Parts: sequence; structure tokens; C-alpha cells
Amino acid sequence: MTAPLVIAAALVLAACEGPQSALDPAGYGAGRVADLFWIMAAASAVIWLLVIGAAVYAMRVRPGRHGVKATRMLIVGGGIVFPTVALGGLLVYGLALMEDLRAPAAGGLRIAVTGEQWWWRVRYWPEGADRPVELANEIRLPVGRRVELVLDSVDVIHSLWIPPLGGKVDMIPGRVNRMVVEPTETGTFRGVCAEYCGTSHALMAFGVEIMEPDAFAAWLEHQAAPAAPPEAAPARDGRDAFLAAGCGACHTVRGTPADGRIGPDLTHVGSRLTLGAGILPNEVDAFVRWVGATEEIKPGVHMPSFGALGEADLAAIAVYLESLQ
Amino acid sequence: MTLAAKTVAEARPAGAEQDDAALRQAQADRLLTAWRTPTGWRYWSAVNNSEVGAWYTATAFLFMLFAGVLGLLIRAQLLTPDSDFLSAELYNQVFTLHGTVMMFLFAVPLFEAFSIAILPEMLAARDLPFPRLSAFGYWSFVIGGIFVCGSIFFGQAPAGGWFMYPPLTTDYSPTEYGADIWLLGLSFIEIASIAAAVELIVGVLKCRPPGMRLNLIPLYAWYVLVVAGMILFAFPPLIAGDILLEVERAFDWPFFDPARGGDPLLWQHLFWIFGHPEVYIIFLPAIALAAMIVPTAAQRPIVGYSWIVLAAVGTGFLSFGLWVHHMYATGLPGISLGFFSAASTAVAIPTGVQIFAFIATLLAGRVILSVPMLFVSGALAIFVLGGLTGVMVALAPFDWQAHDSYFVVAHLHYTLLGGMLFPVFAGIYYYFPFVTGKKLSERLGRRAFWIMFVGFNVTYFPMHLAGLRGMPRRVFTYPGDLGWDWLNLIASVGAFVFAAGILIVVWDVLRPKGRQPWSERNPWNAGTMEWLQEMPDKPWGVRTVPLIRSRYPLWQQENFVRDVDEGRFYLADAEELKRETMVTSVLDADPIQCLRVPGPTFKTLIAAVFTGGAFVFATFHWYIMAGVSGVLAIAMILNWLWTGTAMVPEKPTKDVGLGLTLPTYGSGPASVGWWAMFITMLGDLTAFGGLIFGYVFFWTIHPDFPPPPYGAPGIGWLSFGLAALVAAWGLTLAARIVNGRGRRGAMRAALIAAAVLGVAGGLALLAAPWTAGLVPTAHAYPAIVWVLVVWVAIHTAVGVLMQLYCLAGSLAGRLTPDYDIDIWNVALFWHFLLVTAVIAYAFVGLFPLAT
Repeated sequence: MTAPLVIAAALVLAACEGPQSALDPAGYGAGRVADLFWIMAAASAVIWLLVIGAAVYAMRVRPGRHGVKATRMLIVGGGIVFPTVALGGLLVYGLALMEDLRAPAAGGLRIAVTGEQWWWRVRYWPEGADRPVELANEIRLPVGRRVELVLDSVDVIHSLWIPPLGGKVDMIPGRVNRMVVEPTETGTFRGVCAEYCGTSHALMAFGVEIMEPDAFAAWLEHQAAPAAPPEAAPARDGRDAFLAAGCGACHTVRGTPADGRIGPDLTHVGSRLTLGAGILPNEVDAFVRWVGATEEIKPGVHMPSFGALGEADLAAIAVYLESLQ
Repeated sequence: MTLAAKTVAEARPAGAEQDDAALRQAQADRLLTAWRTPTGWRYWSAVNNSEVGAWYTATAFLFMLFAGVLGLLIRAQLLTPDSDFLSAELYNQVFTLHGTVMMFLFAVPLFEAFSIAILPEMLAARDLPFPRLSAFGYWSFVIGGIFVCGSIFFGQAPAGGWFMYPPLTTDYSPTEYGADIWLLGLSFIEIASIAAAVELIVGVLKCRPPGMRLNLIPLYAWYVLVVAGMILFAFPPLIAGDILLEVERAFDWPFFDPARGGDPLLWQHLFWIFGHPEVYIIFLPAIALAAMIVPTAAQRPIVGYSWIVLAAVGTGFLSFGLWVHHMYATGLPGISLGFFSAASTAVAIPTGVQIFAFIATLLAGRVILSVPMLFVSGALAIFVLGGLTGVMVALAPFDWQAHDSYFVVAHLHYTLLGGMLFPVFAGIYYYFPFVTGKKLSERLGRRAFWIMFVGFNVTYFPMHLAGLRGMPRRVFTYPGDLGWDWLNLIASVGAFVFAAGILIVVWDVLRPKGRQPWSERNPWNAGTMEWLQEMPDKPWGVRTVPLIRSRYPLWQQENFVRDVDEGRFYLADAEELKRETMVTSVLDADPIQCLRVPGPTFKTLIAAVFTGGAFVFATFHWYIMAGVSGVLAIAMILNWLWTGTAMVPEKPTKDVGLGLTLPTYGSGPASVGWWAMFITMLGDLTAFGGLIFGYVFFWTIHPDFPPPPYGAPGIGWLSFGLAALVAAWGLTLAARIVNGRGRRGAMRAALIAAAVLGVAGGLALLAAPWTAGLVPTAHAYPAIVWVLVVWVAIHTAVGVLMQLYCLAGSLAGRLTPDYDIDIWNVALFWHFLLVTAVIAYAFVGLFPLAT
């Protein structure tokens, strides 16, 4: 008897897993909400069975006449008394939880994320820093610490959502919103834009890495440093081709003349979890495809496709970008 | 107690005087002559509610099938990860149009369409009070609907999502004309929706049969009243939003541009102040259908009539306090979220009351599980689940996870399809014999139901899980490694099963029924009056307008059907061969007037074509042609009014039977036109309220107001303008009064002076921001000031046109001291115009002085 139950439970759990699942929480907020969901889901199942059971009883089991007085009790009891009590309790719990989930983080690390069609500009202000460390399409956080993300947008409305950590908050042009996350487990996760933001809304994701605090500090220190100059030939050629093609007009690679501010900062692009805002693996081949056929991969993207550069240059640029660890 | 009320209270069905069969036949022949439906190509000039209602319903269904195909395209695209079946651009147009068409061209209009078809018969009225308005609304709906739907074949469909959030729909519009097509095409339809709502409200309030007090009306009519009232107050804020968004798109007035003092959130507020009531505007009519089907299935009167009415009204009110639950993720303060969470959960209570009242009725009766009842049962199972997930998303913390994910997609389809589509299919099976005289197939109906029910759940249930596993809505593609692939595969397969079920119903409706015998009369043995009709139906609506003493006259009034068939009540004859129906008082349905309603005409169709032209041309910025089309539309409407409304009757009173004599003409509050004007202007004032909401919203987001360097327009010109409008209003009122006293010359002079002052007042208002140098493209503040002032000016222009219309009527002898509907209605318009002008003055002129 227990074996099928265990199997069923295992199936349900497997059906809830994933790097982007709100039911597979890795953060305090997501955990509380997942618990809330399971309680509400169980209660809903019971209520649904009772209501539908009553209807089936009336229509199929005992279709004969019942007393009108007794049925009036059903309207008052089922329609008014029960929902008032149940919803009242749920509401009090929900509102208390809301305050808990939005309670601000205590100082320290500050992260700003800007939504742009269709990628994420991410800036870290380590404690005491006067200038941010800019990166893109990736958020890394130390485990066990409540962190505030400051959110805005430069074009249309986006919404930042990392389901395993907690709920989403909109990024609205002209407004600054705040979001609090508190990771409780290390691992690699995925976040997305939840608010429809135009043609390639579906292709606006990012990697999320929850790290041990020491590893996080080391990572952030490395991200703050300029790019290491390429040592070997293909990467060096790649850098020259990159600069010659004018990529620096839009992209910054700290430590080189490339200081454009329009597109993502590429100083450590090779170290990131993904490429193209969460849609390609971070590999040399993917860089070739991305730079050569950007529009094909991400329809409507602002970056022009550089297929005209030719295979050799594309390959070299890809090697160079991949080397920016 | 008035004389009419006393007569009605004591009236009994006619006796011996109606016993003569030849007399009855002669009466019936005259009635048929008066109500004959035009044939041949002139059939399309029909305006009777039965024709217009049937066209309207069928057209709404065609739009539903079109949007359903779009839905299948969505599911085909999402069948597999990384699919390239549709391009991103096309997919985004497809899902935008799917939502838009389902909401604006099916779910809302269907209720109005169906109510136009059924309400008069349910109330034993011969027609709605403004048949030509229904026809105008229908043709507007067709033109606007085809315009919006057709856009996708040119790759120019709206692609901003059905709620069209700026700046995506302003500065970053994915298609060039898509947003304009959405804004103008739908505004046109929304105006038609409001017109239908006005007509339905007046129909329920004023066109009930004698004796049908407010506590005796069929529950469906209560729902019509509630829902039409909601349309009246919910659509205008959207129209206000549409105006602002279209003006920003066309003329660059920056209401939603944060760089120039605007705010994208203003649109979200205006949209959802409409959008959430809209959910209940869709849901309540379906409940209304269930409220007719359930008592019939249980073969007994509904249990808890008063509870249901209170719950429906309560739902209507509460639904206006929920809109922010669509905006939980926009970063609003906790206090707002708490308030709206509470209201959003509270709405579950009246909804529950209605559902439990149905179950109570089923328990109290002996249930016959017919196909309509089967669909109602399926609706219950689906809707309750949607309601339960609705309570979940009403809680802000859970909503932050679920919002904009496939969980919400699942939730909204459970509520809308369970709360609308399934009951509507129940309604199709239930009312098909009423509309066509033929029954649908029981066998096909059961088969279709089970296929639809299974298909529906297979489609939408997995979406709950997909959403909680992180799948956002409105994505044209998704990666295969996140565990969403098999959920989407199941959903897509289910969608095609669901569609197969719908196809069976389509076949059942369309299959030739020439050899099938006519349905028996009152095939479900129902108790309400729409089932009085014969099979096949006669065009007169009802043979005679009966006396009502109960909620289910067919069950509860002795010999009721026989008495009606034998013309033993009111208006059993059409001596003058005119189309006539009864007007009664709002609360007790005491007879007030024998109303003559107009017959077939093409004028409404032509007026709709020109009105449509004005909107369609404006979409493409062809403003000259739009203006010409608009002027032609106004001319056509004036011609229609002049030749078809407020006609001077050939005799002042008429014997309507059972010893009752009623006037053939009524003006002021005694006329249906006055009520229609009153109700329309409430909606108009609400739209203005939407613009004022915008003004106040800008005040809340700007620390200094007016925001420097922009100065207030000053109160000089504004005060002059207001004074002129007050004087014009007073003169209009005086014109009405002196006309009533027979002083036609004084009346004409007052109207001329009022028109001159009206023009002066309107121009003076426009001069205020002009002389203050406010440039509307510079910043949201001058832009909103201009919008408010232009709004009043346009209304003033309409008011002046009305004054001139009355002047012409007086000169032509169609507006006399005794027959003065027009001047009453125009004076009423000016009352509202005065309120509008005073509010505008207070906000534009005085408010900056106080801040």
C-alpha cells in the first residue's frame, strides 16, 4: 500500500523539479509561498470535491425532492459562513506573509538590474564601493543572505522573475522598484522576464548562481577586475577583429578601448552561465552563431548580425569572447 | 395608487369579447402585417430584436471560432520546444488577437447579442425600446470586428498583448498600425456595446409587462440589469484610456512617457478599472443562463431568488474594487495590496452564494439531466476550480509567483470557459428551439459535451503546473530542458480534442434540418415567458402583452398560455398597423404609455458604415477622409432621428385593452428616450471621470503641481467659458419650460441665444490653455489639461447641434408644446454638460490654485 504512494509522491516531486520551478524552492520567499500553495491546493481539492459532490448527489445519486428549508441552509452555510471564515483566515495569513517577504535587507550588498529589450544590465555595488561592477544577463548571490535588487527599465515594461527564489517584480520605465531575495541553497538556476516586452520576450532569460559566501566574494572581485589581455594567437586576432568591426561602439570590455554603453558589458562574458540572455550555451560555437546570425536567433534584437565579417573573423572573435573569463 | 395601477391590480384576462375566433384571426393578421419581417435583400434592413439578436449572436460566434483557430495556432506552436511553426512576430500577433477577439468580439458582445434576442420575449415585450439603435450597434460591431480580425492577414494585427501596455504600444510598437487598429477598432465596438447596454437597461426598467414588479422579473433580466450597468461604468474608463493612448500615438501627447512627465502605470489603472469588472461582465450573464436552465431542469422555481439578486448586485459592486490585483507586481505599497487582496477574496462570497443557490434548487427539485443541464454541470466543475485558483492568486504573495505565468493562463481559462463558454453552450442547446424552432440533437450534444469537457481539462489543467514550474505566458518558444515540454505536449493535444468537441456542436447547429419536425412548444417545460412562443415563431414577439402575477407565469398562472394565445390581455390588436409595445413604471410595472417603435430601415446600416469609416480612416492617419466620413455619419444619424424618433402620433391616447387607455406619446421621465439619455450620460460622465482620474494621477506622481516650468492655464478664460456655458444651460432649460407653456417664439429665441453662448463658451475654454502657451506635446500636464478642455468643448459642440436640432424641430412643427421629447432630452444632456464643465473648471482652473 505504501509503495504506490511513495512512487506517486516521487512522481509529483519529479514533476515539480527544475532550475526555474517555484515548487522546487531554493530561497526563503519561494519556500514560504510553495508551502502556502500546497496548503491552498489541498484545501481547494477538498472544497472542490464537496461542491461537486453536492451537485452530483442532487442530480444523480438522489435526484428526488429535498426540503427547501434544508437547502436554504446550504446557501447560507456554504455560500456565506464557510467562505467568510476560511477566506478571513487565509487573508490574515497572506497579509502577514506579504510583509515578511518584502521586509528589506540589512545594508551591505546592493544590486541594480535594468531591463532592456531583450537582456539584463546588472550592476553590483560591493560594500563601500563608489563605482558599480557592471555585468549582464547573470545574477550571482551568496547563500543565506537577504539581498535587495533595485529594478528599472529603459524601454518597455519588463518583470524580473527567479521562481526558485521568490516572486516577480515589474521593471517599469520611469519608476524604481525593489525586490528582496534570500537564497537558502546553492546551485544553478534560471530567471526570466515575466512581462511581455515585445517580439523576443520569450528569449529574455538569465542564469542565476547561488554560491557560498567566500566563493561569491572571490567571483565578485574577479568580475571587478579588467579583462586579461589575450595571450594566444586566435584570441588576439579575435580581439583585433572585435575592435576593428566597431563592436566597442556598443560593448565595453574593460581594459581595452571598447567602451560602448548600449549593449551588454563583455569584460568577463566567457565566465557567464549562458550567452544571448539565457538562450545559448556559453561555447565558442554558440558565439559564432550569435555574432553571425543575431537576428535569426533573437528576432527584433537591436544588435545587427555580423555575418558579413566572414568565417575566419567570426571564429576568432568567438574564441576571444570565450576567453574573456 | 395611480389609475393605471388600480386598473392593472383589478384586471382579469378578457372574457367573452375575445371568444370570437374570427375577430382573433383578424387581430392576429393585423399584428403580423405590422411586424412582418422584410424579405429578399431588404431582409437586412430588419431592426426587430429577433433578427438583430440572431445576427448578432451568430456573428459573435463566428468571431469566437476565428479566435479559437488562433488559439489552436498557439497550441500548435507550443506543441514542441524551440518550434519554428510561427515566427515570433506572427505568434505575438496571434496571441494578442486571440485574447482581444475572445474578449471584445465574443465574450462581452455575445451577452448583449443574446439578450437582444431573448429579453423582449422573456419580458413579453414586442421589441426593445430602440430597435434601430440595436441594428446600428450590430452593424458597428460587424464592421469593427472585421477590421480588427482582418488586420492579421496583412501582418498588421495588434501585437502588444490584449491589455496593450505602453510603452510597448507607443514607442516600441511591434507592428506599425496594430495598436491603432486595436484602439480605434475596439473603441468603435465599445461605443456600440455601451449603446446596447443602454437599450437593455431601459428595456428591463421600462418595457416589462403590467404587474411584473421588480421582485417578479426573471433572474436573467436581473443579471441583464446588473451587467449592463457594469458595462456602463466599466467601459468608459477604458475609452478614456483608449483616447489618451491613441492621442499619444497619433499626436505625441506624452501621457505614458516617463521622460515627459507621463507614467505607463496610468494605463494599467484605467485598463484594469475596466478589465476586472469585465471579467464579471462576462461571467454573470453565463450565471444568468444557468439561472434559467437550472429551475427548468429541476422543474421548480429557483431557491433563494433574493439571495441570488443580492449576490449578483454585490458581485457587480465588488468587481469595481479589485482591479489592482492585476498589478500586484508593479511595486505598489503594502496597504494597497492588502486592501485589494481583501476585496479580491471577498468576491468569492457572492459567487459562492449563487452557486450554492443553484445546487439548492437542484436538491429541492427532481432533476432532468438534459444536454443543457449537462453543460451547466460541466461549467460548475470547471468554474469552481477556476474560482479556487482565483482565491489563490488574490493573495499577493502567491500571485507574485503565479502572475504572468501559465498558472494564470490556466486560471483565466478555467474561469472564463467554465464561467462563460460552457454555460453559453448550455444556452445554445437550451435556446436553439427558441431561436430557430428546431431542436438540436441530444445524441450529438452529449457526445460534444464529453469531448469538450475532457479536451478542456487536458488542455488547461497541465498549464497550472507549467506555470508554477516557471513558464511565463506569452512566449513564442521555450527551451526543452526545463520540464515544460511534456506539459505543453499534453495541453496541445487536449486543445485539438477540445476543438473537435466544438466542431460537433457547429455541425449540429449547421446541419440541414429541413426534414426535422418543428420542436414542440415549450420543449423543456420551462416556466418563463419566452417559451410562450409558437413553433415556428411569429414575428410579433408576443401575441398579447400579459398581466403578470408570478415569477414563473407558465407554471404558476392558470390558463396562462391559452389566455395569451387568445389575445385576452393588452395590445392584442394593431388597429393602426403600427409596431407597438408597452412602457411601464420602473418599480411596479404600472402601464404608462403605448410605445410606437420604428420598423425596418437601411439608415442604421449606412450610419454605421460612415461611423466605421471615421474610425478606420483615422487608424491610418487619413484625417480628412475620417472627417468627411464622420460628418456623413452625423448627417445620417440626424436624418434617422428626424424621420424615426419622437414622431407626433395621430391620436394622443389609445385603448390598449382590458379597459385601459394609455397615451401614445410621453416626454421627460415618462419617455424611454429620456431614460436612455440619462443612462448614456452617466456612462459619458464616467468616461470623463476616467480622464479626471488621469489628471489626479499626475498630481500624485509629481511633487510640484502644476509641474514646473508649466504654469496653470489661469482662471480668466476658464471663468468666462464656464459663465457662458452656465448661461447656455439656463437658456436651454428655459426653452424647455416656455415651450411647455406654449410660447414657441420665446423658446426659439432662447435656443438661438443658448447656441451662441454655447459656441462662445466652448471657444473660451479652448482659449485658456492656448493663451497660457501650454504645449500638449511638451509634457503630460499640459496634455491632460488640453484633453479635459477639448472634451468639454466637443460636448459643447454636440450640445449646440442638439439645440439647433430642436430649433429646426420647432420650426418644422415636429416639436410642439405637447410633443416635446427632444427638448426634454436636450435639456437633460445640458444638465450633464454643465456638471462636466463645472468639474473641468474645478480641476483645470481651481485645483492649481489650491496646490
